Amino acid sequence: MTDKNKPGASSPALSRRQRRDRRTLLRSLAVGVGVVGASVLGFFPVLKEWTKRLRPPGAIAEDEFLSACIKCGQCVQVCPVEAIKLGDLDEGFGVGTPYIHARDQACDFSCDAVQCVLACPTGALSQDISKKEEVRMGVARVARPNACLARLGQGVKGPARGPNFEGRLRYAEISRWHAVKISDHPYDLDLCDLCARVCPIEGAIVVNRVGSGVSLSGYPVVLEKCVGCGVCEMICPADPPAIVIDIRGSWKGEA
Amino acid sequence: MSMLASIKQLLGAPPPRKPGLREYTAAARNIHSTKRAITGKKERVAAIKAERDAEPSKKWRNRRWASIIVVNLLFVLSYHFDIQLVEGALTASRVLGFHFADLNSSLQVMLAYKVILINLVIGTTTVLILWWLLGGRTFCSWVCPYHLLSELAEKIHLALARMNIVRDFSLHRGTRTVLYVIFALMALVSGYTVFESISPTGILSRALIYGPGLALLWVAALLVFEIFVTRRAWCRYICPIGLTYGVVGITSPVQVTYNLEECLHEGDCRSVCLVPHALEVTKKGFAKDVDVAIGADCTRCGMCVDICPTSSLNFEVRGLKHLL
Repeated sequence: MTDKNKPGASSPALSRRQRRDRRTLLRSLAVGVGVVGASVLGFFPVLKEWTKRLRPPGAIAEDEFLSACIKCGQCVQVCPVEAIKLGDLDEGFGVGTPYIHARDQACDFSCDAVQCVLACPTGALSQDISKKEEVRMGVARVARPNACLARLGQGVKGPARGPNFEGRLRYAEISRWHAVKISDHPYDLDLCDLCARVCPIEGAIVVNRVGSGVSLSGYPVVLEKCVGCGVCEMICPADPPAIVIDIRGSWKGEA
Repeated sequence: MSMLASIKQLLGAPPPRKPGLREYTAAARNIHSTKRAITGKKERVAAIKAERDAEPSKKWRNRRWASIIVVNLLFVLSYHFDIQLVEGALTASRVLGFHFADLNSSLQVMLAYKVILINLVIGTTTVLILWWLLGGRTFCSWVCPYHLLSELAEKIHLALARMNIVRDFSLHRGTRTVLYVIFALMALVSGYTVFESISPTGILSRALIYGPGLALLWVAALLVFEIFVTRRAWCRYICPIGLTYGVVGITSPVQVTYNLEECLHEGDCRSVCLVPHALEVTKKGFAKDVDVAIGADCTRCGMCVDICPTSSLNFEVRGLKHLL
């Protein structure tokens, strides 16, 4: 330190001890501002909605969800299909909060009783939800109708998402309790209706068939019962998917 | 140490001055004056020199490291083998089905969410009783995964300091108290659990259980700062979790106590301590009584107990002596 050699050069009234204390105080202030500043950085991803996430079933309104979630991951641990992931640093205040990447692994309600909701210690996943039909995570929308196999009049032969896809789904006709890999469950369909076929909610989506023979095609229609679980987005053989979930969106009629 | 002094010290007040003559108890005054006498001085100096060469015990350190590793491993294994012993992370969990919630995380959630959550009340009460029984900041040195990493960083810092490459830029201990209030206010006003996004305890606990992520970069940055700038900066001057558990430990029965009689006052305990201000009492002439309990900021890590050549520092359960 240079000021040690030149006592009182900057402020003659202060003793060496006082100057040392003042430096310590300034340093502490700098560190304090640094720590608070680092924590406040978490605002940006949240306010700018950099990473809009599909939350697990029962999630309360996004702002409340972020404040109520204690970031413990108990919901992650109970999910039988391991659909729930935890947010990382790029999500700001969302670090450690659960989300679902439906295209990779959607919530298929294999657990029946909405286990993640029961596991949540803070009610960030609200226990007002007791069955899958009451869930509202978002709503499905046919975002790329021109890619939809049904509308193109095409069928599906083999696994819906290719042989290497890791996603799992519970097929009631195979096992009531265990989800199987989608890649282990090949299809043989003349006209693709997978979104409606695998939807875990009865009457949430239909594929209306039009024409016959070579002119046969289908029109997927999302109905009011849709809970936005994302199974249709996961199963959709088109890539990128023709049907996607509008996160936290609500049903706006049969468009 | 009086409770008030312990609280003041926890909040960052400067350590007390050397007491005046009339403040000592008769027994303590006797010992102090004996130690000031010329007779036996040679022996005391020789004892200090001999002690410098002796390898200090690692008993408590080994137990403590084992505790940190076992507790965190329980979370990891319980999830990966689905044995449901401890579900969740250090912020909140179910232990054999019972709710446990970290006091600071719960506080952040309740301040931000502004709802009294019954599960968190149950969880925090359980944790409060548990850590009150075990000594408050015992959480820091016996469970917190960041503490272990920080200890390793401290070793590097000290090695570099011996080579004159780095030096410890200490901070004001009131920093933690100010930050505590700021983080509480930020949670209340913003409605977000602001502190949780930078808590290395939560980040590390989740990284161990659910897999690593970018958030570890923040933890790495903290460790680098501790190696090159301020020794044990986070645990000593910043972490609000430590202050919360410190408050829990104010009246805790488990504590480290200091005995004046055999102490050589060579200061080894203060040189290894995470919170050396708590050991101010071991300076020559500072102990007002023969036996003095170390204050609430003590993390009960046992490093001083290990290193003390005269066994003047020991773990004690308050009241146990009278019961047995």
